[in-house]
Amino acid sequence: MCGIVGLFLKDKSLELQLGALLTDMLVTMTDRGPDSAGIAIYGHSASEKAKLTVQSDHADADFDTLAQDLGDTLGAKVNLHRKDTHAVLELPASKVNEARDALAELCPGLRVMSDGATIEIYKEVGLPRDVARRFDLAAMGGTHGIGHTRMATESAVTTDGAHPYSTGADQCLVHNGSLSNHNNWRRRLKREGLRIESENDTEVGAAYLTWKMQNGASLGEALEGALDDLDGFFTFVVGTRDGFGVVRDPIACKPAVMAETDQYVAFGSEYRALVNLPGIEGARVWEPEPATVYFWSR
Amino acid sequence: MQSIDLATAPLREMNATLQAQAAQTNATQWEILNPRGAHAIAVGLDAPIEVTVRGSTGYYCAGMNKQATVHVTGSAGPGVAENMMSGTVIIDGDASQYAGATGRGGLLVIRGNASSRCGISMKGIDIVVQGNIGHMSAFMAQAGNLVVCGDAGEALGDSLYEARLFVRGKVKSLGADCIEKEMRAEHLEILRDLLARAEVDARPEEFRRYGSARKLYNFDIDNAAAY
Repeated sequence: MCGIVGLFLKDKSLELQLGALLTDMLVTMTDRGPDSAGIAIYGHSASEKAKLTVQSDHADADFDTLAQDLGDTLGAKVNLHRKDTHAVLELPASKVNEARDALAELCPGLRVMSDGATIEIYKEVGLPRDVARRFDLAAMGGTHGIGHTRMATESAVTTDGAHPYSTGADQCLVHNGSLSNHNNWRRRLKREGLRIESENDTEVGAAYLTWKMQNGASLGEALEGALDDLDGFFTFVVGTRDGFGVVRDPIACKPAVMAETDQYVAFGSEYRALVNLPGIEGARVWEPEPATVYFWSR
Repeated sequence: MQSIDLATAPLREMNATLQAQAAQTNATQWEILNPRGAHAIAVGLDAPIEVTVRGSTGYYCAGMNKQATVHVTGSAGPGVAENMMSGTVIIDGDASQYAGATGRGGLLVIRGNASSRCGISMKGIDIVVQGNIGHMSAFMAQAGNLVVCGDAGEALGDSLYEARLFVRGKVKSLGADCIEKEMRAEHLEILRDLLARAEVDARPEEFRRYGSARKLYNFDIDNAAAY
């Protein structure tokens, strides 16, 4: 069992409240996943800049001179914004791959959570309320975001085992369920050059979607592919830079509720995750159909 | 009308209060305010009381109901009226998966759609759905009636025993050992009574009846492919 929440804003006036709304939704889903929690939030981009979200178990030591060291290696200006065990590194977009290689050298214990123009990912072990407080999620603004509360089944309760997973620029995936053919796909996707760092089944799902989109599929087409190629139970919620998608496996035993108003599209594992959203009383509320792809983009 | 507001009253207190009503209670009318998708609302009731839940509920609303009438003005989450023994449960909106599962008696009315596994393993409950139902509904259903005014999803009535299934719309596919059967006068009478009790405006003649081919009751090597 896990909990998923997602919020895709159509109304710009809600953007400053995105973090607060998502945090409330996330904390409501604590019963479904008290082990760990995470959130991917899509903010606004500065042109030509990329963001790398990194995590360290020794943040004080690792983050102290990281911006300076990385900047020197890349020959470019790097800004670091620390939030507890995470930090967002802002650097020229053209230097992302170089930066990933440099980070592995400079700071081998560092985990790269995500890279992209707008995405930031924060995830840790602990109660969702505590995780949200550590990163001050409620203060974050943005255009859309996805959150996950985890009750572990497929791999250990660690930061690496927490969702969301990001395997491509500005892409992320959260998952409720368990995949049964992930080992096979992990081997195949690694051969295809995808970066998969954990033993977790969901990360393979994320890499699968990244692979599909690298080969020209739209988000919707990638999700259609998942229905054919991934075996097991899943309710997936996916984020891209400008999109938000949902798909459930054909058996659809993992719960899902969606709500749409003129202001937003929202997803919750249960309806109670949605009850504090503005205008929910008048929203169109429905259960996504099995084996049916839903996606929105701006 | 007695009122319990879940914005202030704890859920367990609300259920304990409703469960404590005796058969001869004078407090027969109750309303539950601010359900906000909470789980296990109005479960295990055993008195002829009427409970109106004003809003939408989470998992297992009105589970194990006996005698009571529970009316949800919004939608219901998974497992509504699970294992109901008697009484009536009415959902004005939609119901999530396994509505009325294993129910032994009483009437469950869903004014919207019900999703997958509606009436799974039903054992005597009557279920009337005004909209559509999802896949694997009435799986291993043993007794009772499932009436669907809209369409039914894949594998309706798989491994069915003696429950009667009535569908007005299209059936995407029938499950193993479920077949269409002749609609006889006694079935039209059962259907007319259920539609009237559910206050659904539909003509029994518009429905088709489905039931068990009774080939899977006992293991038969010739049926191995169907298991």
